[in-house]
Amino acid sequence: MKRASRIRTFLAALAIVAAPAAAVAQSKQLLLYSWANYVPPDLIKRFEAETGIKVSLDVYDSNDTMLAKLQAGGGGYDIVVPSNSILATMIKSDLLLKVDAAKMSNFSNVAAPHDRPAADPGREYSVPYLWGSTGFTYDSAKVPGGKLDESWKEFFEPRPELSGKIAVLNDQGEVYSAAALYLGLDTCSEDPADGQKILTLLEKQKPHVKIYSSTGTIDRVAAGEVIMHQQWNGASHRSRAKLGTAVFVYPTEGMNLWGDNFVVPKGASNPESAKIFLNWMMLPKNAAEASNFSGYNNAIKGSEDLLKADLRDNPAINPSEPLKTRFRPVKDCSLKAREIRDNVWTRLRR
Amino acid sequence: MRSISTSPSLLAAPAALFLIVFMLVPVGLMIYVSSLERGAFGGVAWGSHTGIAYEKLLFERDLTGQISFNSDYIAIILRSLRLAAITTAITLVLGIPTALYMASLPPRHAAFMLFLVTVPFWTNLLVRNFAWILILRNGGPLDSALAATGILTPPLDILYTPLATGIGLTYSFLPFMILPIYVALERIDKRLIEAAFDLGADRWRVLSRVVLPLAAPGIAAGAILVFVPCLGAYVSPELLGGGKSLMIGNLIQAQFGASRNWPFGAALALVLLLVLLLSLILVARIKRREQAAS
Amino acid sequence: MNETRHPLRLPGTAIVAALAMLFLYVPIVVLAVLSFNASDLTTIWTGFSLQWYAKALGNETMLVAIGNSLMVAAAATGIATAAATSAALGIVRSGRRLRGVVEGLLGLPLLIPEIVTAVALLMLFVLAGIRLGLMSVVLAHTVFCIPFAYYPIRSRLAALDPALSEAASDLYAPAWRRFLRIELPLLAPGIFAGALLAFISSLGDFVITYFVAGPGATTLPVYIYGMIRTGITPEVNALSTLLLLTSVVIVAVVFRSGTTPANQTRGDQMS
Repeated sequence: MKRASRIRTFLAALAIVAAPAAAVAQSKQLLLYSWANYVPPDLIKRFEAETGIKVSLDVYDSNDTMLAKLQAGGGGYDIVVPSNSILATMIKSDLLLKVDAAKMSNFSNVAAPHDRPAADPGREYSVPYLWGSTGFTYDSAKVPGGKLDESWKEFFEPRPELSGKIAVLNDQGEVYSAAALYLGLDTCSEDPADGQKILTLLEKQKPHVKIYSSTGTIDRVAAGEVIMHQQWNGASHRSRAKLGTAVFVYPTEGMNLWGDNFVVPKGASNPESAKIFLNWMMLPKNAAEASNFSGYNNAIKGSEDLLKADLRDNPAINPSEPLKTRFRPVKDCSLKAREIRDNVWTRLRR
Repeated sequence: MRSISTSPSLLAAPAALFLIVFMLVPVGLMIYVSSLERGAFGGVAWGSHTGIAYEKLLFERDLTGQISFNSDYIAIILRSLRLAAITTAITLVLGIPTALYMASLPPRHAAFMLFLVTVPFWTNLLVRNFAWILILRNGGPLDSALAATGILTPPLDILYTPLATGIGLTYSFLPFMILPIYVALERIDKRLIEAAFDLGADRWRVLSRVVLPLAAPGIAAGAILVFVPCLGAYVSPELLGGGKSLMIGNLIQAQFGASRNWPFGAALALVLLLVLLLSLILVARIKRREQAAS
Repeated sequence: MNETRHPLRLPGTAIVAALAMLFLYVPIVVLAVLSFNASDLTTIWTGFSLQWYAKALGNETMLVAIGNSLMVAAAATGIATAAATSAALGIVRSGRRLRGVVEGLLGLPLLIPEIVTAVALLMLFVLAGIRLGLMSVVLAHTVFCIPFAYYPIRSRLAALDPALSEAASDLYAPAWRRFLRIELPLLAPGIFAGALLAFISSLGDFVITYFVAGPGATTLPVYIYGMIRTGITPEVNALSTLLLLTSVVIVAVVFRSGTTPANQTRGDQMS
């Protein structure tokens, strides 16, 4: 008898656990999946107040793990925020809902070239959010002559004074692309010989590198642990707020231009709320608030005038037209190109 | 009513059944994944089988299909094993005396100390590693403290070296060594030790002949709880060690992330599992033979 | 009163234990000090401020996450410890072959890299139609908590004298009574240690939680990893400090007033 009741309890527990995924959809709710503090909490509150839609936030740590989670069948979120580098992959893997963003009422606010990204040229699946570039930051007070050339050469083949004072992002896409641009190679090259050239460059740089890490870059620059740090422009802007002599470099050879997008994954619980959010985020006022909070520029016309002065006046965030010509949009490489890149990255740190 | 003692298998059934469903089945799933073609956009191509994931462990192909030996992954696995072994050894050196001391305390104090040993781990791994960065950094507290003693001259350049990785890993895994050893030691009959002393044994003889053999199950448990999870550690090697050398945990993780090569990640995990299982079986065999001999 | 020294108090052990405690707590002190930092950076001190405590207590997402973490850790620890205790009692009485198989099974979650467990469990949950939420996180945590609870209990059992429980069963004591009166008290330190290790393993887990969590099931580690991109702020330090203080105070009160798992077992050894 005792055993029978034990089995019954077990079955009851299983039933609770196995309850189907349905029947949760409530009206007026939005399940946002993003980085923490990437969409400003106050902006979310205002969205809730203006639309009556209650937002709940869950967070992920990187594009790659978010992609893996969705590909393994996880999800149920209404909005995720992939970068351009994985947007095409998500569309081709049939993970996203078609929302026809280009037909939304506020889409006319989107500035070129963000209205026609290579990954989603018709903006059928995505709405642009923030964008930035990847260059490097150095402390002008600690480099010889107080100034470095605007070239990846300073970073990959550093002057002897800077040896051992360099930090590199722990991000194969960023490091490989920067090296490829410096060497004048295609960032998505399918030729293993190109991969070998890049590996040779990175191996030559390695003895001069203090750390490969994408975590805590602002602390590292501000504390003077390193003199030069490969960095995103927004992080560089915040480093400069702590260390006035920090300078962000736009290398003449070209640099990664990345952008993040709001998309609606298939299986979203509240697709209608999601579309309201997408359209709302294309208003200049809302985009400006996001930029002011995060330190990254946005893709919405008319938001420039609403930016904080230090953001608007910092060339790291708001570059002049000549600097913009150095941008190279991040590409979603082929399987073969990715394999070469991956092998280079593994061998560098074997 | 049947007594529980007559059906030991029933007692083990809940845990065993649970792990069959939620561990053995997933492992089976991963064995299957390791035999698949990687998906063009990540994930796997269900239904198309290949042995390429296992081939990649030892060989690489160039464009023309030429196959050559590749020792990258073996080097990474060996480095991880070495680091885990060193960490296990250091936690043992720190853990045994600490556990001995705890076992000598009145029980209530010992239980409180048991709790105190685990409390730091209520905080997040990342934040703890950030605290270590600050401590180890040139010009940080450790630097100035050691400089003040006059033994060493700053900067010590500890941060972003293998030594810093070792400190971080030892820190993370110390409680997993202390607790099992304490638990085994605590039961030791005081009279046994006193009898040994009465027979004229000195302290070290008592330690090596009486105490440590009795603590052996705890030491074995602690060694497993430190060594195995340490193989998968990836935060300290990057944040404190400088991320210049890949660890196996890091490598496997990357296969499901930036590398988008799930079959290879699964194959790596299975090979690691095999290596660990074989070494555990080997250790158990040796132990049994020793027991039979004595 | 001339209390005799405990024979395990060997020379040097007190010093090593003190050093170990110092080693464990120095970073915790640093972490707590930085929670009062005026700057938004976690490794550079600029001045005193309480702003991060105010921010932490006003950060709804983070508070929900810490609630989720504690709930999941408590549930997973409870289930895993009960299952591990029962398994240990069963294994110690069973034949060598069954023991080998079950022990292998119990240790398996440790031997599989967590990312692999994470992805495989997620696929299993999706295939089986198990809803992704806090419950799926508890299930997954129970999986890897079982070995952490089991090993200390087993090392305790190995040190025990099986004759004790046999004597009890010869006296025709019912099984449950024998468990409550003899085995449980004897195993208590092992169960306590196992539960503590399971608890901190659950509380700290990121990778497995990250994959098997659905909307609304973000735990504190997942939230903190989600801050990496925009920068981890001393908010986390503030919350960690509050959590540590609360737990230490509660436990100190419990240990001062009540019976503890360990103090029923060694009365015979106290002089």
